[in-house]
Parts: sequence; C-alpha cells; structure tokens
Amino acid sequence: MKPSYAIALALLLLCGSSFAAEIPGGERRSGYSFMGPDTRAMQDDDTSNPGMLFVLDGEALWNKKLGAADKACSDCHGDARESMKGVAARYPAFDKALGRPVTLEQRINMERTQRQQAEALPYESRDLLALSVFVANQSRGMPVTAGDDPELKPFVEQGRALFMQREGQLNLACANCHNDNFDKRLAGSPITQGEPNGYPEYRLEWQTLGSLERRLRSCITGVRAQPPDYGAPELVALELYLMSRAHGMKMETPAVRP
Amino acid sequence: MPKLNTTRRDFLGLAGSAAVAGAVPIVTLRPLEATPAMLTSAIRNVVGEAQVQTGKVKIDIPPLVENGNTVPMTVSVTSPMTETDYVKSIHVFNEKNPQPNIGNFYIGPWAGRAQIATRIRLADSQKVVAIARMSDDSFWSVSADVIVTLAACTEEVN
Amino acid sequence: MASTLINVPPKAKRGDIIEIKTLTSHIMETGFRRTAAGDLIPRNIITSFTCRYNGNEIFRADFFPAISANPYLSFFTIAKESGKFEFEWIGDNGFSTTASASIAVE
Repeated sequence: MKPSYAIALALLLLCGSSFAAEIPGGERRSGYSFMGPDTRAMQDDDTSNPGMLFVLDGEALWNKKLGAADKACSDCHGDARESMKGVAARYPAFDKALGRPVTLEQRINMERTQRQQAEALPYESRDLLALSVFVANQSRGMPVTAGDDPELKPFVEQGRALFMQREGQLNLACANCHNDNFDKRLAGSPITQGEPNGYPEYRLEWQTLGSLERRLRSCITGVRAQPPDYGAPELVALELYLMSRAHGMKMETPAVRP
Repeated sequence: MPKLNTTRRDFLGLAGSAAVAGAVPIVTLRPLEATPAMLTSAIRNVVGEAQVQTGKVKIDIPPLVENGNTVPMTVSVTSPMTETDYVKSIHVFNEKNPQPNIGNFYIGPWAGRAQIATRIRLADSQKVVAIARMSDDSFWSVSADVIVTLAACTEEVN
Repeated sequence: MASTLINVPPKAKRGDIIEIKTLTSHIMETGFRRTAAGDLIPRNIITSFTCRYNGNEIFRADFFPAISANPYLSFFTIAKESGKFEFEWIGDNGFSTTASASIAVE
C-alpha cells in the first residue's frame, strides 16, 4: 500500500461515520449517473457496447446442444426473449432444495449439471459470463425485484450485516464509501452507490465483461481483506443484499463502467 | 515529487494488470518508457522530410479520462473531400506509452467526411498527436493533452 | 469467427454520407504485460482492418497495441449504390475474422 493511498483512505476512515446510514429511497442512483458522457454513450449504443459482444456469444451458447443429454437451453426454455424476461431481476433467488439463495451463475451451472448432464462452467469463465449476461440482458429495462421472497429475509440480513461490517487492514465497510461518501472521488474516480443493476458488466478497468462477484472480490481486496472464494455464501448474501438495496431500479445489463 | 512519479509508475504497472479469467495471474512491472525521440522518429517514418503544419486537424478526447484502458477518441480533418482536394490518411501517435504509434487510417475522396473514431489505451497523462496527409502530400497536425488517473480499487493478483 | 457488431444504415439516398461503426471481440494483448513470474505475455493484437464496398476498398486501418481491447472503429463513406460492405480483421497468430452488411441505396 503506497503511502499516498494510505493517507487518503485514513482520512476517509476518520471522516466516515461508523454508523453508516442507508441511502433514502428517493436518492438511490444507478452507477450510470456517475459516469462521464463518453462512458454513457458507450453503454447506450448496442453496436458500440462491448458487453453486447458477450451477449451475442451467450445467445450462441443458449442454442447449442451439449452434455450427455445432448440438450440446448432452448430445448426446454425456448426463446430466451420470452422465457428469461425478468429472471435476472429477481436473482439471487431462493432454491428450495438447497434451502439458501443461489446466484444466476450458480443456477446456470445447476441446469447444466442436472439437466444437460454437462460439466459446470468455472466461475468467471468466458462461457459462463456469456450465458449469464445473455440471460440478464433479457431483463434490461425491468425493475429489480430480488429479495422480495420472504424466505430470503435471513440472508438479506446477513448481506446487510456484511455490507456494514468494517474489514481489512484499511478497516473499511462497504457502507463507508458507498452509503456515506458517494459523489465524492477516490483517486480521480467517482465513488458510486455500488448499485449492481448493470451486472454482468463491461468494466474498462478489466477490458472485459465480469460478474458482480469479481467486483466484490476486488473491492474486498482493495481494503486489504481476504476475499471469499467465488460462490461462497458470504458473497451470495452480499449480492442478494445489494440487489434488494437496488429494489425498483431498472436493470441495465450489460452496463459499461470505468 | 520525483519519488511520487516512481511510485505512480509502479502502481500504474499493477493497475494495468487484471487476473485473466482466473487462468494466469498477471502483473506488469515497470513498463518500457517511450521517449520524445521515439515519438519524433515515429512521426518521421510517416512524413519523411516534409514540413508538418499545425491546423485543419481536430482531436476530440476527454481531457480527464475515466480509465486509461479505454479512451474514446475522434479525429476529424477539415477538407472538402473532393477528387482533387481530400485527406489520404490520418496517423495518430502518443508520447508516453511503451510504443509511439496508435493507429493509421487510410481514406480517400469517397469517404465524404474525414473523420474516424476509436478507443485507445493511454498509460499515463500525456500528449496525443494526430497528423493528416492530404492529397497534395502536405501534412497537418494537432496535439491534445490528456490526464489519466488510476482506478481506485485495483485487483490484486490472486 | 470472433463476434462482431456492425452498424450500417440499412438504407440511404445516393450521395448521403453515412457512418459505419464496427466493434469486434479481441483481447488486444499489448505484449508489454508480464505474468506474476515475470515472463512477458506475448503480443496478440489485430494488426489491420479493411472495409470493401461492392469489392472496392473504401477504408483501411493499421492497429497498434495502443488500440483498446474489443476494438471499436467508426468511419464514413458516401452511399453510392446498393450492395454489400465487407469487413475483414487480420491479426497476430493467424487471426482472421470477417463480417458483412447490406445497404439499399436509392
């Protein structure tokens, strides 16, 4: 950790309250509103949004027969434009058999292994990202509804507690930046509210599409804490809380963000 | 202040890295530095001994970029674009990336408008130079200063 | 074939100046990054792009590592006649991908 960064963040630490208040409903804003005009233009045009390249790949995978069952997603789910409408907007969703919430990526892998009898795709692999962004793109423009299911309540609470919990060498909680200090800047970049309504999204920093879990892991690393593994219950709970915190916000997948 | 530059460059190296789909952990140590001599020589390669005049060319680029990995840039040249008076090519260079060239773009009177747009990588705050070659083989140029800051939360190599 | 997204107006009047936008999937590995072990990751970029309008080359570009990943390119041409635009990207390690789009010009 370079001295200039430690000083900047220590100041933030002192200024930020340890009693991080939630953002009032009327003030909740998508990350889109924090971006400059060039980045917004990149997202707005489907033929200039690099995330759409992955949506194209995902569509091809959706129609591809594979696995021991030799089935494509489309064989059971038909046209994704109809069957997947609104699905991503309510994920992470409660899985009755497992008794806990699962993310869209985990659901896709469950379908692959259980119905297509194919191997699960590794987290953050190109194919899994392509499939999840293709499915999530079908919810674009629709309001986030994740967390509505009453069975999810204890997990949303778990996620909220994680969001408010200080961690890492820098001893920062997500809330310290994303509730208390959004609209300010950290090292030249705007601090957003951390709303997840554009995921999976194309991050200029990554120069590729990535999942919310990748972003969470890199933020957690940023405060010098040990990030949980992909798919860990803590990440799922945090993702669930973040989506419920964005309740009503329109999905923008695939978003473009710095 | 020089110390800050060194730390910033090392940090830039780390900032420029990303774990590529979990496959290979990647880290960039001190990148090679372009020198003004490299920029001059890259420009010489295109214009030869001809004089380069300032004017006619415009660069549209954000003065403060959101992320140095993907900087939208538009270069346009004032020209009637007729059969006898048009732009043959546009050449874009930078001052501080490891390499001075960014791209060369070849058009002609059939283009109607001498304008190209793309997205470029800028490793640090620096000048971007655009040179247009006209149908009479004259060269015109413009330069733009761009500030590039680091992303706040960079990924650790896992 | 790499995924590509092309934006060409489907119709135009003769003489109209139209904008063509292209976006193609490619990592554009600069050749300046290193692995954790310190080894250089070899360069892997698209090096050239060509656009033909009914067989005639109307635009060509040389790309260097400073062009961002998933390269975006916009350029202009005069709509002369109905027909086809053909796009070709060529790069390191034998990379080659093509795409096309039609236009109706009245």
